[in-house]
Amino acid sequence: MAWNEWTGWGGDPWTELRRLQRDMDRLFTGMVEGGDEFPAVNVWSDRDEIVVAAELPGLDPKTVDVSVHGEQLTIQGERAAEPDSGEVVCHRCERWTGRFARTLRLPYEVERDKVKAQYRLGVLTVTLPRAAESRPRQIRIETEG
Amino acid sequence: MTEKKKNVAVEKRPQGGNLELAQDQPVFVPATDIYEREDAVLVACDMPGVDQSQVDVTLENDVLTITGVQAGGDPEGKECLHRGYRTGVWRRTFTLTADVDHGKIQARIANGVLKVLLPKAEQARPRRIEVEAGE
Repeated sequence: MAWNEWTGWGGDPWTELRRLQRDMDRLFTGMVEGGDEFPAVNVWSDRDEIVVAAELPGLDPKTVDVSVHGEQLTIQGERAAEPDSGEVVCHRCERWTGRFARTLRLPYEVERDKVKAQYRLGVLTVTLPRAAESRPRQIRIETEG
Repeated sequence: MTEKKKNVAVEKRPQGGNLELAQDQPVFVPATDIYEREDAVLVACDMPGVDQSQVDVTLENDVLTITGVQAGGDPEGKECLHRGYRTGVWRRTFTLTADVDHGKIQARIANGVLKVLLPKAEQARPRRIEVEAGE
């Protein structure tokens, strides 16, 4: 895999180190063990489009903001606490609440106007078609005679 | 959830113990909130990727078992560039106390959150006892 620049250059050195560690972990175990940033994402791509999926259960889709800036995709939103959680006794509170934001660097430039986001079964899926100008161009080799 | 945890993805805890599924899929423990009201106990489980038809709530001898099979898998013909989470089966068991009315349990899943309402039996609800004045 030629592309692995998640944070780009000039970031926090500790972030870079942690990323390096995650990359090493992934190399050996095939996946990241509880170390991915929040929200955890899966990213797939082929020549024509990128698909990013994040598990974000219990969100109001209106509070989710998906934006593309250059080669960066940002997902942000908020999950409110249960509406009646104030007046009851909470025996176990493991589910997360509050704001989240994550920015990913995409492997190539995308057609910003054609980015689609879908929220289904608590999973946010963003489909990003490749920009025409970022597609590899086939160079024809001319031969003489 | 604490601030510290928010910066890290919710860890999908693999199920330990002796439970084995006859499927080649990892089993995860869903993050759960348990609230108690005067008249009922509410259980909320984060189970993203589970369709209503793929969720199973069973009650057997005071043990409530929640199972949800995640849809998904990789999109066809695409290379996975980054895998921050895996998909598999959500499963968790709870032991109910005797004061839950077993016949009135309701379960509902929406946007990947399963909510189970466990109404309390009539005799377990708090009751105000009128104090009579003597003499």
